[in-house]
Amino acid sequence: MAIHCDGRARIVGNDVNTDYIIASTRKRDTLDEQILKRYLLETVDPAFAASVQPGDILVAGTNFGCGSAMEIAATVILAAGITAVVAQSFSRTFFRNAVNNGLLPIECDTSDIHEGDRLSVSSDSAAISIENRTRGTTLAASPLPALMADILAAGGLVEFIRHGGWTQGQPA
Amino acid sequence: MTRPATISEKILSAKSGVEARAGDIVVCDVDLVIGTDASSPMAIDYFKRMGGTALFYPKRVVFALDHYAPPSTAKTAAFHEQVRAFANEHDAALYEVGRGISHQVVAELGRVLPGDLVIGADSHTVTCGALNLFATGVGSSDLAAAMITGRIWLRVPETIKVTLLGKRSPGVAPKDVALAMIAELGAEGANYRALEFHGDGVGDFTLEDRFVLSNLAVESGAKAAIFAADAATDAYLERRTMQRRSGVTADPAARYSREIEIALDTISPLVAIPHSPNDVVSIADLLGTPIHMVFLGTCTGGRVVDFHEALAVIERGGGRIAPGVQLVITPASREVHRRLIVDGSLAKFSDLGAIITTPGCGACCGTSGAIPGSGMNVLSTANRNFKARMGNATASIYLASPAACAAAAVTGVITDPRAIG
Repeated sequence: MAIHCDGRARIVGNDVNTDYIIASTRKRDTLDEQILKRYLLETVDPAFAASVQPGDILVAGTNFGCGSAMEIAATVILAAGITAVVAQSFSRTFFRNAVNNGLLPIECDTSDIHEGDRLSVSSDSAAISIENRTRGTTLAASPLPALMADILAAGGLVEFIRHGGWTQGQPA
Repeated sequence: MTRPATISEKILSAKSGVEARAGDIVVCDVDLVIGTDASSPMAIDYFKRMGGTALFYPKRVVFALDHYAPPSTAKTAAFHEQVRAFANEHDAALYEVGRGISHQVVAELGRVLPGDLVIGADSHTVTCGALNLFATGVGSSDLAAAMITGRIWLRVPETIKVTLLGKRSPGVAPKDVALAMIAELGAEGANYRALEFHGDGVGDFTLEDRFVLSNLAVESGAKAAIFAADAATDAYLERRTMQRRSGVTADPAARYSREIEIALDTISPLVAIPHSPNDVVSIADLLGTPIHMVFLGTCTGGRVVDFHEALAVIERGGGRIAPGVQLVITPASREVHRRLIVDGSLAKFSDLGAIITTPGCGACCGTSGAIPGSGMNVLSTANRNFKARMGNATASIYLASPAACAAAAVTGVITDPRAIG
């Protein structure tokens, strides 16, 4: 299934851990993403959450989502209206949580993407491409392995499991 | 004929029923699914949305109330009520408030054995790899799917071979070796990869010491951090379970993506400086830095041996805490807590004026326990020192061994523990 999204690049740096995406002390008070999204990335930039527009694409450096495996870090990003995260590299737990919630994680060289660039992301089973309309460049990323692509295409692990998941067949 | 395999490849082959090698994506049977009060409320929600009605293997699911121990707000108390009700309804084990940190408790109870595949919705689940098993951290949705299906999908990781050579010098802690390792690997040097520990130096580490190395491996992104089984493994398990398992070893021709060697006698006391556990310097570079709070606890430094080492340093240093230093003690589990009561250690900490808190995650992630004041410098036995980690963005968190933390408690400044007494 193809995924397509257009939006503004929102740049963050390297090693943005899940506590920075949403503080543990915030999720102690509520698990409602609609409330928590007000505090998205507050430790990195207190003004960030208020400046997010639906459709924005988060663009990070290396090791995005490191630290705690807390899944709310992925779901708060989605709640803020961000549908894809492009990073130089992801922590494995964040990558899983993104795929499992239908948030598209794209691993590629982000060094030439700048704050506010207009990006157009296309993903299908064969390839992922990011067109930078501001700079007139196109970046390519490797497609996801089949099982991950299936989970993402289902909209996340909830729908994947609801529709039988891997319980229908032998272990892959 | 099967291809040579690492420990991870052997375990994931056994659990998936196929010859699993690095890079493959396999669906594996899970031996133990661990949820916490921080991750299970979301997992219960995913479970319901996935159409879950029952646990696939109730005996393979446990919940620990460890992050909000005890609850300090009505909301966290409600999280606990939700997890209790779910565990009760589905006949899963529940480790109550005060029982301890999830992965510490399952190890103490002999619930994790060599060769097992363990998933926990807590990134430090990797700690259990010290017992010769594949233990990895996941999110709440993976937890829910494993509760329903008994399985999880995993990409079989490449393995980094970490060879430990020789012996530590006197006064050098397992934590120092672990900090040296994650500094060498960097914040993502082990991302998507497993670590496997080899070398004659492994014999220099008790099972409890090995937990420290496996625990901190996740600060370099490691998916698992596995020791081979030996006499120390047997001795640890012997007291805790009737079950016996033969260990899983790597084939001599197993493929490693990288090999690093750590000469133990070259390591000296180290400190991770704010705000990254991988930003490690020699303690000699920080001598005299004022410390306002000392935190002894967590899944890295909250075991019996850690508190004994800290007390020994404090006693060598005159048996007093420097004025203006707040000393916070949080045993990793009730077993640790009880042993410290029985041997008199907690009475000594109490006499020192320490704050002794409920076993669990404590102040580590700012969700329970003592929050540092604004501008405070904290020296902690924990594993993470991210900005705001302990609940105050203006505090600076330094990480070190229990002995180094104790030395700072005595002097009020960062001090080489070998210089005390």
